[in-house]
Amino acid sequence: MFKLLKYLKHYTLQSILGPLFKLSEAALELLVPLVVAAIVDQGITAGDRSAILWYSLLMVAFGLIGLALSVTAQYFSAKAAVGFTTRVRSALFRHIQGFTYTQLDQIGTSTLITRMTSDMNQVQSAVNLTLRLLLRSPFVVLGAMVMAFTIDWKAALVFVVTIPVLSVVVFGIMLICIPLYKKVQAALDRVLGRTRENLSGVRVIRAFCKEEEEIAEFDARNRVLTGAQKFVGRISALMNPLTFALINLAIILLIHTGALRVEAGILTQGAVVALYNYMSQILVELIKLASMIISLTKGVACGNRIQAVLELPTGEPVRESGETAAGTALVFRHVSFRYEGAQEDSLTDISLTLKPGETLGVIGGTGSGKSTFANLIPRFYEATEGVVLVGGKDVCSLPAGELRSRIGTVPQKAVLFKGTIRENLCWGNENAADEELHAALSAAQAAEIVAAKGLDAPVEQNGRNLSGGQRQRLTIARALVKKPEILILDDSASALDFATDAALRRALRELPWKPATVIISQRTSSIAHADQILVLEDGEAVGLGTHEALLESCPVYKEIYDSQFGGAKA
Amino acid sequence: MKKTNQKAALQGVLKRLRPYTGWVVLSILLATVTVVLSLYIPILVGKAIDCIIAPGKVDFAAIFRIFLEIGGAAGITALLQWVMNAINNKITYQVIEDVREEAIRKIQRLPVSYLDSHSSGDIVSRIIADVDQFADGLLLGFTQLFTGVVTILVTLIFMLTIHPGITALVVVLTPLSLLMARFIAGRTYKMFKLQTETRGEQTAFIDEMIANQKVVKAFNREEINAERFDEINSRLEKASLKATFFSSLTNPCTRFINNVIYALVALTGALVALAGGLTVGGLTCFLSYANQYTKPFNEISGVITELQSALACAARIFDLTDQAPALKETGSGELSGVEGHVDLQNVAFSYMPEQKLIEDLNLQVQPGQRIAIVGPTGCGKTTLINLLMRFYDVNEGSIQVERCDIRTLTRRSLRKNYGMVLQETWLRAGTVKENIAMGKPDATDEEIIAAAKASHAHSFIKRLPQGYDTLLTEDGGNLSQGQRQLLCIARVMLCLPPMLILDEATSSIDTRTELKIQDAFAKMMKGRTSFIVAHRLSTIRDADVILVMKDGHIIEQGNHETLLAQNGFYAKLYNSQFSLTV
Repeated sequence: MFKLLKYLKHYTLQSILGPLFKLSEAALELLVPLVVAAIVDQGITAGDRSAILWYSLLMVAFGLIGLALSVTAQYFSAKAAVGFTTRVRSALFRHIQGFTYTQLDQIGTSTLITRMTSDMNQVQSAVNLTLRLLLRSPFVVLGAMVMAFTIDWKAALVFVVTIPVLSVVVFGIMLICIPLYKKVQAALDRVLGRTRENLSGVRVIRAFCKEEEEIAEFDARNRVLTGAQKFVGRISALMNPLTFALINLAIILLIHTGALRVEAGILTQGAVVALYNYMSQILVELIKLASMIISLTKGVACGNRIQAVLELPTGEPVRESGETAAGTALVFRHVSFRYEGAQEDSLTDISLTLKPGETLGVIGGTGSGKSTFANLIPRFYEATEGVVLVGGKDVCSLPAGELRSRIGTVPQKAVLFKGTIRENLCWGNENAADEELHAALSAAQAAEIVAAKGLDAPVEQNGRNLSGGQRQRLTIARALVKKPEILILDDSASALDFATDAALRRALRELPWKPATVIISQRTSSIAHADQILVLEDGEAVGLGTHEALLESCPVYKEIYDSQFGGAKA
Repeated sequence: MKKTNQKAALQGVLKRLRPYTGWVVLSILLATVTVVLSLYIPILVGKAIDCIIAPGKVDFAAIFRIFLEIGGAAGITALLQWVMNAINNKITYQVIEDVREEAIRKIQRLPVSYLDSHSSGDIVSRIIADVDQFADGLLLGFTQLFTGVVTILVTLIFMLTIHPGITALVVVLTPLSLLMARFIAGRTYKMFKLQTETRGEQTAFIDEMIANQKVVKAFNREEINAERFDEINSRLEKASLKATFFSSLTNPCTRFINNVIYALVALTGALVALAGGLTVGGLTCFLSYANQYTKPFNEISGVITELQSALACAARIFDLTDQAPALKETGSGELSGVEGHVDLQNVAFSYMPEQKLIEDLNLQVQPGQRIAIVGPTGCGKTTLINLLMRFYDVNEGSIQVERCDIRTLTRRSLRKNYGMVLQETWLRAGTVKENIAMGKPDATDEEIIAAAKASHAHSFIKRLPQGYDTLLTEDGGNLSQGQRQLLCIARVMLCLPPMLILDEATSSIDTRTELKIQDAFAKMMKGRTSFIVAHRLSTIRDADVILVMKDGHIIEQGNHETLLAQNGFYAKLYNSQFSLTV
């Protein structure tokens, strides 16, 4: 939590002034009893009506000044708390953007979302409250102790003992609660995860009539959450009663000491009343403090969760590399790859060279490593052995942004974002002119989608308002708008019918800037024309060559081909 | 209009509190006892101090008796306070649990069309963040509102015993601070609503971008996204600052009014005292009670601002649970002994009224027939599946299964009879085994493995780190599309209902594996009515009826041979697939 406080630096002034103004207001409040005393002494006892009137007006004036002070304080603390959270949120979002694929696989979406939202809100209210009460409470508590010393040092010792004991109780409960609140937030993550699944999987859940089971499972997680909340609630609810009991114990001690001191002729009765009043002030303050502490505890627990994400390293380090390959678009040199935590390599010892303008086809069974192969090129994952070179340079020696700006990827899952078709296409190039967009669309066989709806037609979240085939063609267009040196199509035509697929391939070959193209497909027809075809089986290259050569030399390829065209002959 | 929103939200909250009436009453009782006791302790202390007059005039015996009373009262108060807090916790979190349960039940009954047209991130934000915020407000309301009200009542009684006239003055004036609080609250509700809405928008953005972070990275969009995020973030900052600051004005303002009232009481009290109507001691005492009396008004006004924010959140939750449309069962019929007759009569459907999709579609399917639906992308194939499964209802005409209009059946009974594999391969966070057994949770390991073998998923599952017990991440992210599709097929293979829907079920699977699965599919489809949507014509060559769809109409119908012989649209599609020279 405390490392997050650096984001408060921009609000140093507000963070200091807020509590200070609040403090002045509190000090002003302490003056009111003196004014009342003056009314009694100079007004009633002396029988002076105008004095009563003047002192009453003075009280109203104090009220007005107090109002001004406290409004200013509220403004400063609100400004600092809201500004602080805004900055942390922005920092966290940027940080998450820097995570690698491996990290994203491991952390999971749900927890990142709760940390960005629910945790953040808790932190905001905690900071706001703290700034308002931070100085005030210790000021009143310690002030009361100092005042007690001015009356009688021996009686004041009761304060000296009570205040640390109270602190132990308050901070002890806080320390116990912080990890418990962390558990609450983790339980909330799981409720969120289930909720998201229920929304994304609604068709499957209904098709399997699993509504009741889903409800039961959600309820179970929800109950775990409630249980955790109630448990921590019961413990933090101890704060008020315990401090209340302790202070009353202290009052008994105080009066006892007072009685002995009066008996000994050291103190007067009035002094005992004053001592008692100071102890009561501590009590009133602690009651206020308790509700703040609960919110603060929650805030610290949530802040820790945010900090934990911020502390994870991001991005891929750029390394010097001596490996080069002049005049090539894409080179794999003895590349192997294994997913984190997996027991076998997903790719083993792949080597190939692709020149600018050439086309590489990649084919193989489900799970043979085709997508993994594609993911190594833009360094989404990093080869565990060997080197990948793009444009003749080791991908590890290029900054991620520069590397990826050269590569246009069309992922398997056709994801579009909320906005318009134009906005989605401009992901490839922010400054693309309409003609460029239209050119990309027609190459991607998506011109008709726009012809009907226009470039500014709305796209809903995940492109829900478009069919699978339409989404796929738009994602292809999006990659083309980028005009990349290397274009990767990861089984991106699976939802297209064959006529469209064929037209797409023709258009890709005629792209004016001649990119090196990597086409991953299940269909031999999609890759048969490629300059080279890589045949993968269980992560190993079992064939590399042209369609004709492979039909001769590679039994796996022949088998795949026959599975698709054998029937045609029959 | 806003007033009624707020009122409706408040009524919604009260409705959900009703089951806990007993606990609420108990909480109020405990609040009363603790307040009375904690106000009584100062009186005891006063008595004790009265026993300490001067050296030699200290009554230790009496003091110790009073100490016992103070100790007892404090002990009891502390204990009751804790019980009360625990009860308030219980009520709050139970209500929250209920609200979330209500929400998930509602989600299961929302029409698919609602979910298709609403951002899931926003719905998530309602169920998670809004409910959370609502809980905070409710809890604060409970802990402070009751004790506040009780303190007011009790001190009022104490004051009345001292001087009824000045008490009347106090009573008449204090509501001013509540009026002030209400005035501010009324103004800030709108700000809170804006804050909540902006938060919802931000959550939706976060949800969308974080869920698709991989695409974001592929397009180097990190910086642009961060900028867009910051734009929403800065709007949220403004909205939050306004809501937080203006709502926090309540406390200083009401405190100011109370200070003025306090000054007025001092003034009139002093004047009355001057006239001999009150002793100095009486005035001091009265003033301290007046102070005790007005303090809860501050707290209550503070609570009111919290409740504002909580109500704005509650309104968004109730929007979902109470306002969003729920599916109604239009019939209670149960399908039994399904053989597989399916009739579509004059079916018309469109997602948007202005854009016609399916018109006048007729089709009679006999038991055990294999119906293949082909056609260019966007021709309405998937829509037909939506109608068969009753994710959407037809606009005109009817769909009948076993000669029952499916609208007279429960959705459950209809869907139980279909096995569905969709192009979108949805898997859940859980083990491989759980995912396969989704349709048949009581399946044995042998059955699961047999289904996995039949769908040719067994070999890749074996190679996963923990085999069948490997945990899939959210959205099944650690598997390839093809592997996920194999799992989806295994899922259906395990429960084998009488009718099948395969919507591009093998689109991501390589053809060699597909050929092998075809055997299993063939076995599975034997005697079962099946609807197959595919672009891969090899998959559908053996179908009994091939429907060629274009723009929502069936333009050709027949089997493979007759359609090829017609040399129409189907023939063109088929030939394009097998021409290598493109």
